[in-house]
Amino acid sequence: MAKDLSKALADLKEDEAVAIVKEKLNAGADPMGILNDAGKGMETVGARFSKGEYFIPDLVYSGEILKKINELVKPKLTGGGAAKTGGKVIIGTVAGDIHDIGKDIVVFMLDVSGFEVYDLGVDVPVQKFVDKIKETGAPTVGLSGFLTLAYDSMKQTIDAIKSAGLREKTKIMIGGGQITPEIVKYTGADASGKDAIEGVALARKWASVK
Amino acid sequence: MEKTLETMTADEKKNDLISKWLSPPGIKFNSPDAEKDYKARVQRILDAINLKKPDRVPVFPMMGFFPAYYAGYTPYDVMYDYDKLMSSFSKYVLDFQPDAHGSVTISPPGKLHDIVDYKLYAWPGHGVAKEHSYQCLEGEYMQANEYDALIDDPTLFFLTSFLPRTMGALDGLKMLSPFTNMTEMYGGFTGAAFVPLGLPPVQAALKAMLDAGNEALKWIGTVAGYGAAMASAGFPGFFGGGTKAPFDTIGDTLRGTRGIITDMYRQPAKLIRAMEQLTPIMVKMGVANARVNGCPIVFIPLHKGADGFMSDEQFKKFYWPTLKALIDGLIAEGCIPFPWAEGGYNSRLKVIKDAPKGKVIWGFDTTNMAEAKKILGDVACIGGNMSIATLSVGTPDDVKASVKKLVADCAKGGGYIMMSGAVIENVPPANVKAMIDATKEFGVY
Repeated sequence: MAKDLSKALADLKEDEAVAIVKEKLNAGADPMGILNDAGKGMETVGARFSKGEYFIPDLVYSGEILKKINELVKPKLTGGGAAKTGGKVIIGTVAGDIHDIGKDIVVFMLDVSGFEVYDLGVDVPVQKFVDKIKETGAPTVGLSGFLTLAYDSMKQTIDAIKSAGLREKTKIMIGGGQITPEIVKYTGADASGKDAIEGVALARKWASVK
Repeated sequence: MEKTLETMTADEKKNDLISKWLSPPGIKFNSPDAEKDYKARVQRILDAINLKKPDRVPVFPMMGFFPAYYAGYTPYDVMYDYDKLMSSFSKYVLDFQPDAHGSVTISPPGKLHDIVDYKLYAWPGHGVAKEHSYQCLEGEYMQANEYDALIDDPTLFFLTSFLPRTMGALDGLKMLSPFTNMTEMYGGFTGAAFVPLGLPPVQAALKAMLDAGNEALKWIGTVAGYGAAMASAGFPGFFGGGTKAPFDTIGDTLRGTRGIITDMYRQPAKLIRAMEQLTPIMVKMGVANARVNGCPIVFIPLHKGADGFMSDEQFKKFYWPTLKALIDGLIAEGCIPFPWAEGGYNSRLKVIKDAPKGKVIWGFDTTNMAEAKKILGDVACIGGNMSIATLSVGTPDDVKASVKKLVADCAKGGGYIMMSGAVIENVPPANVKAMIDATKEFGVY
């Protein structure tokens, strides 16, 4: 049996990946090592997605396999999980909009890319974003929205961040099916990402310039 | 002797629907001008569909709750007060004079959904602010191991599993026996199958269904009254009926996005088999309404086949075959399928070109329209792409410029209908007016 967990995960071979993890755990392997291998596999998935070789189903399915691996490894973990070194990102679907698929994919990609993600969920009131920035000092905020009503909610959220005096030290990205450069301008955001990979790239760029 | 539906060819069925659309039975026009305008509007749309040059590009903005906002109401107001629904949606059509209206069915009956304790959506005043539209609450309303149950008997699965899970007041239906058990008197077959109908939870569910039915009747009275009033004033309805692509039927409301994606890997054969099973049911859903409404166009909102949502290979394997079968099935029944591709469809254009000439309208949201015209132009009428972002935050001049560009890119030789890229909600009325008026200005052939 192949022992390459990273490759099995990257190639979306669920049964093989799960079998390798079980075998390793039975043989007393270090749980952190297994998670590191899985992390490398997820990096490959992300790279293939950004190259247009993988699509949303591949991304979501890799997440399902990773979830299974985590469930197997978790009971054996003694310390905490891997340290998050990528920086902090606050993310949520703006007030009035309850769509979560796009947001969840961005959260997932940020998470596997090493970011500490504060996911505020859907239909997030304006003040909750402001409070979370104050609490965590996160330099990056992602506002998600699928419906056109999100245009105004995004604008109101960004205005509130401005009024709270936090705009200067916060970079804001927006995303969603109906987001265009016009909407970036209208809402006062810094940028938009057309998919999760662009969201991660923006978060990386902003984490490094602070 | 007049032919019955059973003996008609596809073209005869289509002509029958078209003649009803052109001359709606039972409609008394308000004036000779209204009648003339009505027929001219239908003909304009038909010419575009037939890839002939109409007198000008037809314009049909796809409405969400814009008419409610325009009249000073919230979506909640019109979902719960049918007089407000009627007056606001009428006011929009009469004030803005589009070439067709999209009915009032975009505003479902709020009270009906209260009665059945609906779980599948949040709606104004019920999980969503009264000022906003309703939104779907995705979930696994069908479990991964229930494909066989769906495939074996879709109606029984809906009746005893899907409905009780998505409507709290219909929970008792899960106790029903299959109605196909009611074969005969012998052996108590039929008697036994009636037993669940005597149980209090089932009777409570049936009572809720009767109450919902009464509410549905009030609502459909408004829907029909609106259609008749608009026709009398000279404005045809655009939609005969609606249905869904089998992949979306399973992915949107049965298994959810995450569910159907894992099924693509873990049980692809079952997923495909289930979509095949649902295809004729989806055909019938569209055809039945088109016949009732006397209009051939059947709307098919497309969701999970968009660019990026799956690879081309996955699209060709999972999404397109049953969508193509749905389109063909609708055409065979004399309907004009109107698949509406939400998001982008740039990578799919060559695949979807596989359709008979002049039988389909392809609607687009963010797809590159010049490309769409180039690839589909000799096969299908295209529509859409007036940016909802521009309609929402742009100026009337921005809208006018977009209309001008769309007409230049898409209208050559006919085969284009001006539509918004997504449904129009609370946008500045001046922008909607600019979209319609600019089409009338720039769209003349």
